[in-house]
Amino acid sequence: MDALLLPLIVVFPLLAAGILFVSAGRLSARPSCVIGAGSVGLSALLAGRLATGFLASPPPTGALHVTLWSWMQVEGFSTRIAFALDPLSLVMMLVVTGVGFLILLYACGYMHDDPDIARFFGCMTLFVAAMLVLVFSSDLLSLYIGWEGVGICSYLLIGFWHTDTANVVAARKAFIVTRIGDAAMLCGLLLLATQAGTLDIAALLHIVATSPAQLLPTTAAFLLLGGALAKSAQVPLQTWLPDAMAGPTPVSALIHAATMVTAGVYLIARLHPLFMAVPPAMTAVALVGLITLLLAAGSALVQTDIKRILAYSTMSQIGYMFLALGTGAWQAAIFHLVTHAFFKALLFMAAGAVILRVHHRQDIYQMGGLAPAMPDVFVAFLAGAAALAGLPLLTAGFYSKEMILQGAWHANPLLWAGALLGAFATAIYIFRCVFIVFLGTRHTEPTGRTGATMAIPLACLAILALAGGWMEMPDTIAPVHLLSHLLSPLFGTPMAEGPSWLLWAGSLVPLAGVGVAWLLWRPRTQARRPPEDAIARLARTGWGFDTLYDTLLVRPFITLGRLNQSDICDRLSDATAATARAGGRMLSHMQSGQVRRYAGWIAAGTVVALCLGIRP
Amino acid sequence: MSAASPTQALLLATILFATGLLGVLARRNLLLMLMSIEIMLNAAALAFIAAGARWHAAQGQVMFLMILSLAAAEAAVGLAIILRLHAAGRPTLDADTGNRLKG
Repeated sequence: MDALLLPLIVVFPLLAAGILFVSAGRLSARPSCVIGAGSVGLSALLAGRLATGFLASPPPTGALHVTLWSWMQVEGFSTRIAFALDPLSLVMMLVVTGVGFLILLYACGYMHDDPDIARFFGCMTLFVAAMLVLVFSSDLLSLYIGWEGVGICSYLLIGFWHTDTANVVAARKAFIVTRIGDAAMLCGLLLLATQAGTLDIAALLHIVATSPAQLLPTTAAFLLLGGALAKSAQVPLQTWLPDAMAGPTPVSALIHAATMVTAGVYLIARLHPLFMAVPPAMTAVALVGLITLLLAAGSALVQTDIKRILAYSTMSQIGYMFLALGTGAWQAAIFHLVTHAFFKALLFMAAGAVILRVHHRQDIYQMGGLAPAMPDVFVAFLAGAAALAGLPLLTAGFYSKEMILQGAWHANPLLWAGALLGAFATAIYIFRCVFIVFLGTRHTEPTGRTGATMAIPLACLAILALAGGWMEMPDTIAPVHLLSHLLSPLFGTPMAEGPSWLLWAGSLVPLAGVGVAWLLWRPRTQARRPPEDAIARLARTGWGFDTLYDTLLVRPFITLGRLNQSDICDRLSDATAATARAGGRMLSHMQSGQVRRYAGWIAAGTVVALCLGIRP
Repeated sequence: MSAASPTQALLLATILFATGLLGVLARRNLLLMLMSIEIMLNAAALAFIAAGARWHAAQGQVMFLMILSLAAAEAAVGLAIILRLHAAGRPTLDADTGNRLKG
């Protein structure tokens, strides 16, 4: 029974995507919404049913295996399309279908007047299906299918409004940058496949446990890390994420905050024994996470576009997850992944509601004083902001971030200090956004109202963003360990908690950040313009990574391409084409339409044939 | 007068065939082209007769009868097409204007 449900969860969104694409825009808004959100809703229901069954009576092996079919079987290598439901994929499944359903419901309201709504929901449901394949796969090759599937859906949805060149350029950038990581990951997969003869995750991890040297673990881990970095927008392959905000807001919420960008975290957590076998890779993961979280938080401090603030914030929070992975705090990374999915999706959707009401303006300095006009959206955004900042006790973000800080403390106090600095900056930048957008003088008069399809998901996620953290608490507050207990068959028991002053530091620093934000941007003292000094400008453009890559890679490549445009290969194919065209033009003269000429050709041909026939 | 040898008959057939082919290729009048085709058919028929006489086989004469009926059918169809062209208002019998397909 359960073995049947598992593929069905993937099939529903896939079917919906098929219907929506085949309809080719003939479906109007309402049926598109019903098919799109309904299919993912069905998946969410099935996922809930499956999760309760799994929790009530866990399978004896710790995972539910479903082999769909054997893909290929050649000498020295075999692979199957197989799904497995273990605690980790269970958590991911619930996040993808649950948050995905809420976001699609919200999209029904947000995209209601878009003429291409069927294409939008087609891409979104296809994305959900691909993400579920990624999460469920018990074989790295079928995981890679999902990995590329979410990549292409991300590309299609960033460039959804393709009549604007900037959106298409952003989509292409996202695709190419993640492609670079994907190439590294593919190399890693090929390496593993040639070394181990299988890409089955359980088999690979078994080899890692028994004879790791056989796999060339260092190379493999670093190659896979490359893929994870690009997908999760970490330094140095992070430049695509801020530009990816060109897509519709539900896309930013679903793909570029809640699910796809956390695929890298999922991959590393899934293969954590491989990474644990390679200490330098673990150090690299932690350092990359720390650098990303600090750089992105710095950028978010000076952004003026509300969606870009959230984009940099997403990079920063995924940096936290990488830091947790690098310090071996696997549960903390997954916990933060879950709570981040809640509160970041909430923040994006609340921001989308604001953007709709102020005539598609995204500059926070053009908003201001919106709290009285839209109190419900304000409360939702405030809940998300509090969770992102990690305000103590009340919010989900506090508990997950606390767990990461504990892990960092155990690994290296310097990492802990960096992460704490990041938490301070996080509280400042998100409350800067809250104060500037919702308090102070009003610069744009909001119109319209936020419909029920948008309000209900906001309410659900607001509750989750606040209460979602109560499934896992430090012992000092309350000994609740639902998530780490669930994940312990995979990751083992979590490490012991540090001294209680760590908890105090982790609680007070976000509060201090909010206080600083209040001092700087409270209604009376708000500056009308963002800071314009050199450092602020550098931070606003993402610390110059774009310029660097542009001068180092993009422009030389384009110049080289232009120089090389008519090389010998091009000439060769051009010559072939020219010959064919000339030959055609010559032969076309034979087709004059005059009977006598045709008869002449027939006679000539007969004579030639006869001559050939009677030649001895 | 002795009977003609098969070689002579074949020579005559070749000459007739060449004459007919030349007529088809050189003349532009549809009626004359039809007549040239008749000549070519008859040349082929003569070749069959000669071959039948050479090997004392009946098939040559059978083929001749076949070609005779073929020629009759061909003349009927060809003349009908020419009459239709005339009825459709084509003012000329010039074959080279046929590539215009209209009028």
